[in-house]
Amino acid sequence: MTDRTAEKEEVRAGAAIDWTPILLTVAVALAAIPLVGSFSTWVTLTVAALAMGMMIFIMASGLTLVFGLMDVINFGHGVFISVGAYMGLLVLWPLAGWVDSSSVFLNVAVLLLCIAFAMAATGLFGLAFERVIVRPVYGQHLKQILVTMGGLIVVEQLLYAFFGGNPITIALPQSFRGGLAFGPDIVVERYRLIAVAVGVVVFLGMLLVLNRTRIGLLVRAGVENAEMVEALGYNIRRLFIGVFVAGSALAGLGGVMWGFYQQTLTVGMGLQVLVLIFIVVIIGGLGSIGGCLIGSLLVALIANYTAFIEPKIALVSNIGLMLAVLLWRPQGLYPVTKS
Amino acid sequence: MPEPLLSLDGVHTHIGRYHILQGVDLAVPRGGFTVLLGRNGAGKTTTLRTIMGMWKASKGSIRFAGNDVTARPTPQIASAGIAYVPENMSIFAGLTVRENLVLAARSGEIDPKRLEWIFSLFPALQRFFGLAAGALSGGQKQMLSIARALIEPRELILVDEPTKGLAPAIVSNMIRAFREVKNAGATVLLVEQNFMAARMLGDTVAVMDDGRIVHQGLMAELAADHALQHRLLGLHLDKHQ
Ligand SMILES: Nc1ncnc2c1ncn2[C@@H]1O[C@H](COP(=O)(O)OP(=O)(O)O)[C@@H](O)[C@H]1O
Ligand SMILES: [Mg+2]
Repeated sequence: MTDRTAEKEEVRAGAAIDWTPILLTVAVALAAIPLVGSFSTWVTLTVAALAMGMMIFIMASGLTLVFGLMDVINFGHGVFISVGAYMGLLVLWPLAGWVDSSSVFLNVAVLLLCIAFAMAATGLFGLAFERVIVRPVYGQHLKQILVTMGGLIVVEQLLYAFFGGNPITIALPQSFRGGLAFGPDIVVERYRLIAVAVGVVVFLGMLLVLNRTRIGLLVRAGVENAEMVEALGYNIRRLFIGVFVAGSALAGLGGVMWGFYQQTLTVGMGLQVLVLIFIVVIIGGLGSIGGCLIGSLLVALIANYTAFIEPKIALVSNIGLMLAVLLWRPQGLYPVTKS
Repeated sequence: MPEPLLSLDGVHTHIGRYHILQGVDLAVPRGGFTVLLGRNGAGKTTTLRTIMGMWKASKGSIRFAGNDVTARPTPQIASAGIAYVPENMSIFAGLTVRENLVLAARSGEIDPKRLEWIFSLFPALQRFFGLAAGALSGGQKQMLSIARALIEPRELILVDEPTKGLAPAIVSNMIRAFREVKNAGATVLLVEQNFMAARMLGDTVAVMDDGRIVHQGLMAELAADHALQHRLLGLHLDKHQ
């Protein structure tokens, strides 16, 4: 009998959610209030960080699963973001009238069309990239780095060839411009709220798929131990291709959202965020979606606060964050058990 | 004599530059337990992994249920009807006990009758059904790993040292469960260093050393022949009896 109670306690302890990284993120945000000095500025910075964090999450979530599932390091992921943004542009150009229209319906429609087209295009693009570039170098990390970097450069050059080397300015749809006032001196930009909302939808959608569907179950199991999933009779390659395509489509979605956020498209925009994305994937814990979300928010919060408080250290703040997290938890905030 | 359910014929396996299996000949008859014995490092785990296609045989052939499966990829071998309980158990720690079993049931549905049977073999799995498998004790993880192999009927079950590192009480529970599995008519290839457990379960026995099968025959014969035991198993026997 005593034996049984011991077993039960052991099980309860193991099943608990790890709240420490979540509380840490909240603590970072709260600790910044006195450092920033003004509450309204703090709100602005924090909302900007949440928007940025959710967009980074969208872009990074596919990469972390791709790494978790097949140990594939894909530097090409950066260019998927640029491709997504430019594919959105192809929808935006002919529908310029909808962008400037004062109809909320048309504004939303043009954003959704941009997103749908960009996701479909980057999904297909990911399918081709996996087949041509990634598949021949399965299991060989050094080659993966070199070959996917090569793929990234080739695709960047193609984008230059089609869209030219100059940055392209894009306008936000009419009703997404400007801010919403909360009280006398707090103003929150509308588009930031939209970016947060899209990120939340993506996160909840992923949780739903991962926790409530058979494919999701296979992905979670595969991230832990792909070999055992195969020994149960499932084709992990096919699963991986599916995840790769979905991750590419999400990078495309992130590209569109990021493009509107900056209101400028450059071919190099994807590569610029790729550094942050890799930091997020590493500090979140390779293959962990929850870790990816918390990591994205931490990176964005710290980037925004330091840029305001002490711009000189902003550049190195994320590297510092990564080192601190890895000293604390060498496998990332939410390590995925590899059995 | 009918064709064995599984047969290995002159199988060689290389891992990197190491030549591990050096011509394994092994036959597993349909029905009952075949126990594979042998000292640490003899190549038992490598044999099971080679059967599953997790290492590729560099020479020789593996036939299962009348088909050559030597070069097939692992998922196809599993789908042909082989379940595998690896030495390190490889349960999915982040999934619940239930999810581990749902995944192992390839049809997508757990047959409630079979689940009830499994719960009767391993009551702990019923108690912790909804909890993360990573939180189970070592013995319970082993039970889950075996339950995964039993959740749907398979023609052949490979089990790698299920009693390793378990407390005696749990070992006898494990042996009882395997007896039931045997009564249900399953074919099992069991790697086991614990000779007492091996003798209680085995119908046929094969002994491995240095990457080869050095003896194969009926368990009853080996159990009766102390000189043969001593020659094949050496000190291991004294330790376990
Ligand atoms: N991944 C591996 N790399 C190199 N050598 C290995 C590997 N796995 C097993 N071996 C070697 O192969 C031999 C047989 O190992 P194994 O099949 O695990 O033996 P057993 O299961 O009988 O104890 C041992 O000498 C072991 O060191
Ligand atoms: Mg072994």
